[in-house]
Amino acid sequence: MNEQRFRLFAGGRIDRERAVRFDFDGERYTGFAGDTVASALLAHGVHLVGRSFKYHRPRGILSAGAEEPNALLQVGRGAYTLPNQRATQVELYAGLSATSQNRWPSLRFDAGAVSSLLSPLFPAGFYYKTFMWPPSFWLRHYEPLIRRAAGLGRSPTEPDPDRYEKMHVHCDVLVVGAGAAGLAAALSAGRTGARVMLADEQSEPGGWLLGSKTAIDDAPAVEWIASALEDLRSMPEVRVLPRTTVTGYYDHNYLVALERVGDHLPPGTGGARPRQRLWKIRARQVVLATGAHERPLVFRNNDRPGIMLAGAARQYVNRYAVRPGESAVVVTNNDSAYPAAIDLSDCGMQVHIVDVRSRPPEAMAAAARQRSIEIFAGHALVAAHGHARVREVTLASLDAARTGYTGTPRRLSCDLVAMSGGLNPAVHLFSQSRGRIVYSPERGCFVPGESVQAERSAGAANGTFPLAYCLSEGREAGKAAAAAAGFRKRGGLRSPKVEGEREQPAEAWWISPPSRAGAPLNKHFVDFQNDVSAADIALAAREGYRSVEHVKRYTTTGMGTDQGKTSNTNAIAIISQTLGVDPSQVGVTTFRPPYTPLTFGALAGRDIGELADPVRTTPMHDWHLAHGAAFEDVGQWKRPWYYPAAGESMQDAVDRECLAARNAIGILDATTLGKIDIQGADAAEFLDRIYTNGFRKLAPGRCRYGLMCGEDGMVFDDGVTARLADRHFLMSTTTGGAARVLAWLEEWSQTEWPELEVYFNSVTEQYAVASISGPFARALLEELATGIDLGPEALPFMSWGEGRVAGIPARIVRVSFTGESSFEINVPSDYGLYLWTTLMRAGARYGITPFGTEAMHVLRAEKGFIIAGQDTDGTVTPDDLGLGRMVSRHKDFIGKRSLARPDCRRADRKQLVGLLTEDPQTVLPEGAQIVDRVLPRPPMKMIGHVTSSYFSANLGRSIALALLRGGRERHGERVVLPLPKRRVAATVTAPVFYDEQGERLRA
Amino acid sequence: MKYSIFSLLRNAFSYHENWPAAWRSPDPRSAYDVVIVGGGGHGLATAYYLARNHRITNVAVLEKGWLGGGNTGRNTTIIRSNYLWDESAHLYEHALRLYEGLSRDLNYNIMLSQRGVLNLAHNLGDLRELSRRVNAIRLNGIDSEILNPAEIKAMVPILNTSPSSRYPVLGASLQRRGGTARHDAVAWGLARGADARGVDIIQNCEVTGIRHSGGAVEGVETTRGYIRTKKVGVVVAGHASVLAEMAGFRLPVESHPLQALVSEPIKPIHHCVVMSNAVHVYVSQSDKGELVIGAGIDAYHSYAQRGSLPVIEEQMGALIELFPIFSRLRMLRQWGGIVDVCPDASPIIGKTPVRNLYFNCGWGTGGFKATPGSGWVFAHTIAHDTPHPLNAAFTLERFTSGALIDEHGAAAVAH
Amino acid sequence: MLLIHCPWCGPRNEDEFSYGGEAHIVRPAAPEAESDAQWADYLFMRTNRKGLNLERWVHTHGCGRWFNVARDTVTHRIEAVYGMGEAPPVQSRGGG
Repeated sequence: MNEQRFRLFAGGRIDRERAVRFDFDGERYTGFAGDTVASALLAHGVHLVGRSFKYHRPRGILSAGAEEPNALLQVGRGAYTLPNQRATQVELYAGLSATSQNRWPSLRFDAGAVSSLLSPLFPAGFYYKTFMWPPSFWLRHYEPLIRRAAGLGRSPTEPDPDRYEKMHVHCDVLVVGAGAAGLAAALSAGRTGARVMLADEQSEPGGWLLGSKTAIDDAPAVEWIASALEDLRSMPEVRVLPRTTVTGYYDHNYLVALERVGDHLPPGTGGARPRQRLWKIRARQVVLATGAHERPLVFRNNDRPGIMLAGAARQYVNRYAVRPGESAVVVTNNDSAYPAAIDLSDCGMQVHIVDVRSRPPEAMAAAARQRSIEIFAGHALVAAHGHARVREVTLASLDAARTGYTGTPRRLSCDLVAMSGGLNPAVHLFSQSRGRIVYSPERGCFVPGESVQAERSAGAANGTFPLAYCLSEGREAGKAAAAAAGFRKRGGLRSPKVEGEREQPAEAWWISPPSRAGAPLNKHFVDFQNDVSAADIALAAREGYRSVEHVKRYTTTGMGTDQGKTSNTNAIAIISQTLGVDPSQVGVTTFRPPYTPLTFGALAGRDIGELADPVRTTPMHDWHLAHGAAFEDVGQWKRPWYYPAAGESMQDAVDRECLAARNAIGILDATTLGKIDIQGADAAEFLDRIYTNGFRKLAPGRCRYGLMCGEDGMVFDDGVTARLADRHFLMSTTTGGAARVLAWLEEWSQTEWPELEVYFNSVTEQYAVASISGPFARALLEELATGIDLGPEALPFMSWGEGRVAGIPARIVRVSFTGESSFEINVPSDYGLYLWTTLMRAGARYGITPFGTEAMHVLRAEKGFIIAGQDTDGTVTPDDLGLGRMVSRHKDFIGKRSLARPDCRRADRKQLVGLLTEDPQTVLPEGAQIVDRVLPRPPMKMIGHVTSSYFSANLGRSIALALLRGGRERHGERVVLPLPKRRVAATVTAPVFYDEQGERLRA
Repeated sequence: MKYSIFSLLRNAFSYHENWPAAWRSPDPRSAYDVVIVGGGGHGLATAYYLARNHRITNVAVLEKGWLGGGNTGRNTTIIRSNYLWDESAHLYEHALRLYEGLSRDLNYNIMLSQRGVLNLAHNLGDLRELSRRVNAIRLNGIDSEILNPAEIKAMVPILNTSPSSRYPVLGASLQRRGGTARHDAVAWGLARGADARGVDIIQNCEVTGIRHSGGAVEGVETTRGYIRTKKVGVVVAGHASVLAEMAGFRLPVESHPLQALVSEPIKPIHHCVVMSNAVHVYVSQSDKGELVIGAGIDAYHSYAQRGSLPVIEEQMGALIELFPIFSRLRMLRQWGGIVDVCPDASPIIGKTPVRNLYFNCGWGTGGFKATPGSGWVFAHTIAHDTPHPLNAAFTLERFTSGALIDEHGAAAVAH
Repeated sequence: MLLIHCPWCGPRNEDEFSYGGEAHIVRPAAPEAESDAQWADYLFMRTNRKGLNLERWVHTHGCGRWFNVARDTVTHRIEAVYGMGEAPPVQSRGGG
């Protein structure tokens, strides 16, 4: 099918030198560069391109732009495939492959069309009224049936091979839309020197002018467009973005636009360029010159292929040099269809005009009659006939009341119906900016009301349709926007000369009456994509769904991929007729972003894959990698979890690591713990208010473990804080809590106690930390350390000292999370890896063993040390943890008052206990729930749960920590833990399993 | 008229021109036994169960806009009862059980679709939390199970379970009875049911004041006149604080935008509901083919039914991490609702400092799934002036005593 | 995306900031002396203003400083920005 039978011999914005091959539903076609898929198919006489959602009715090409509800195609193959692409916007590229959607087995013979036969049973909302009996059938039979019918195109099934990127920009004036008004606005704003951005959806600027034969300054409009663009290019502060749709208008003049950088090129050929670019624009002023969408007319079978909008027909003729048929009926309620009829006639079609108005515009009618176009004034289309293509229409003369017909209906054969129900300003972005749109009875459409943000509408978007007014309004809007942004230039721009146009008002005409008085409306479609007819809308109103939102949701009108661009106003008008109120009283649905669908990938940008979230690693990370560590994600950090040797299971490795830490030396990379440097005259006082326990009396050189509560009295973090000097502390926090704790300190310091002199700095990444534990830890460190006495008297437990380790300046802190004699060696980060490898080398003869977070958890659990966030969950007080002794009575601190509330003083609060399973080999799963008594079946009363649970190689048995109701009073009692397939009995104990007196720790 | 395939058939012959209104549109009367403020799902359910369970039918539901136009019509329609604490689990499970019979009870198909809800775990802490939750839920008699990555992959083949992803999927909990329901249908079905039992549903009627004297409520001022009443139940989601101020007290809630979005409709490819706490997204596919996607609340407090773009961008990053094949699909529509969030992420259902004035609020991000259960217990509370056992713990008083029900982990995403 | 004028850094996008909730909540000087109800009022009860709201923000990904903002919670219009501890230049009011 290479013959473009309907291509005109001359004209259009296509490049006849560049033929482009593509295929549709397996057939091969040829178009030209500059074509859309829709125009190229029409050049071959192909109108039938899709099936509707509900009734699978054959559908053609309705429009020539973003409002297209019907011509949705699956475009591209394999990983590049894209569902629901509007044929009217997809630019042709070599090798493009498109298929129709929502049909089986083929577009022409679609088995789904059986639903059309049953359509009398499927009025709006039918599914709410049936499929309820028998009840068991819903989930097993009915719903799967409905689901099978769901959707239009198909999702890709492979990851996206394309890239997306984002741009963040500021500008003084953003002009949206480069039609007549937008170009005029950009010109007048640009000449003031303001930073202007002009974004336009189409492949070339010009808007509807590209498809009209109008002259500007006595030359074809395209010449004016070209010179306007040349002027704009000469302005250094102006940026013109074609193929860029502004899709969202958010708070504080923040707008989002999608630039289709590579969608018009064959997939995979864009090279380093992204497929699409998301522009995030902060504009001081915005001019909305977004144009208008033509409304369809509502008559029986108005959805047949070959029925299109009159303006679109004109676009196909003039912009794409395509004759959309042989014989056209142009039906209208306004003047704009006359030039369309003339253009269709001039390209060789036979044309009739049906004008619902009894008095057609004189000059235009005369021009039409000159071309032998017959005009049926005061007539309406009763129905269209044909199936896969319109064949014929019935028209009839309207009676005086305009609710029925007089005389004999006539039939006209045709293969194109070009309809115009008037224009709807594209007020989407205006509405998103929170502006209220108002109904204009004179213009029969909704227009922007008062601006809320720094924005103004111009041209057709403002309900101003004649070209001369569009140009002047655009010019004034651009000038005013620039002035509001602080840019002025004397002298006005000359107004371009435009052929005189004086339009008669459109008649508010929404729907053709049924063929006989009292007959039901049938197949008068309002929303084409979702098959919503006028009868559906009337039914909704009759059933009480009267709010426009109810009608929309009940009938699904306006909820398709076009979001009702062609249907919303007609739907509102039909509701108003049904209810007998003015359209302004029906109200409008909210226009929500985006204006046209926005690619998920573009919204995600580069923040996916390994860039989804930053990865934080310690200076020793490469060593861990080289030594086969398995890693655990803790916040953004990668921490070694355990270091399996060849052939070892995780449990083997953890057992070995735990034994080494108690019998030789274990070494842990503790760099990730949060470190906050705190200084100032009032630092001690501040810490006193933050921690539950006292810090004022802590001597320099000493450390103290502290608990931090929220103001609700619940523990939220813990850690050891060292007093480095009188006014200088170093606080450690949990790995995951570091940022939160710093923010917490800043908040209290700045907002509640600004009178305290205290400063905070995160130094987490300034220091690398190796913590060595075990009976030989001191011996090893003594080999490497200089300038510091490491003896237990000189450097006792909970103190710190400075010296050098392996020649590196180091702070050595005697804290222990393992319960063994431990030394935490802090060195500047750059030396971390050197410190670690030196320790490993020198420690080899002591059997030094790196251990990961899992062994660390086991070792600390043997000692009953809690992990905030694991053994606490935001509902646990210090006393619940058995740490009541750390709650100072002598001072206030954050959360103290909350601890005195009745619920915090209950005796049966959940308290931290140990659990020993009856079978010492059984390791309870963490999260197991505790009951007193197992019942044959749930529900059972739960009295607590396991927070930490491990096999302890050192003890040769399993251990667990749990929060248990009234647990402190229950030591020695037996409890049961019912698990999905078994139950485990355990004895409640104190939460310390090893070295209760802490002798090893202090050694 | 009873809805069924037979009534559809019968009406097909009369071109569907004889269907009666699903509810009347009465003018407000001067007095009612009970006034429910708020015509969303919870308010309509309250009115429905007042009539159905307690035979209190002299009831008005006052809605300032259109029925179901607040969070009922703006949520992502997920239904589940996998809550940690006993109090919540029992309340949400009661709701789920009511949902399971609601289409029949109302003779209105709410299109409950129990295709399963998966909650993903991405780190060891998540896994621990998941196990705790699943164990607790099971012992409360509610279905819940844990899946390993291979089982997850078998159930959702398009999910990225690669161990090398930034936050790999380590496991999931599954509630098979969880799923979705058609949100509008829930509101409309309840409205029809309440109306049929005599409740006056009055739209476009905004409450502007709450009159009380001697510590007891007397009536409400509205844009359509003053209405006397013995009892007032306030169920206005995001606007609870505004109504509380009219009655002279404050609530422990903050209103935030919660955003959601849908994709263009595509052929079915994703059958259950997938939620991820750690990477902040949840997604299901509707019976119309749209992917329905939600995330966390916007951080700042707001009464605007819209949110900020960065929340959506982050959510899309998370979505594509989990479902790389969705990258080329497109966002069709984004919107926001106003949710009122309690400090413990649990609702308040009960009495207030004003006698015979009851509040039901603070549902945060989780209200839709509770709709019939919430109405059931709130109706009981209003009818008997004492809470139902299922909402006894959800008092306003708990913020004084400290007996909070901390469900932060249970919300779809961490706040 | 809100545009917030940090008093120290100038106008910046909302995503550089963190929201800090209602402003001018005074922590009782002697918490121990508060009744449970008074304490609950401080701890949990909020005005949750619909209309012009006085609220706190912190420039987390900038200077790290806290400050107050008067912002309409319906329109999101920002009427004033002022320092911690300063009296509000406008009064909170209902609206919308």
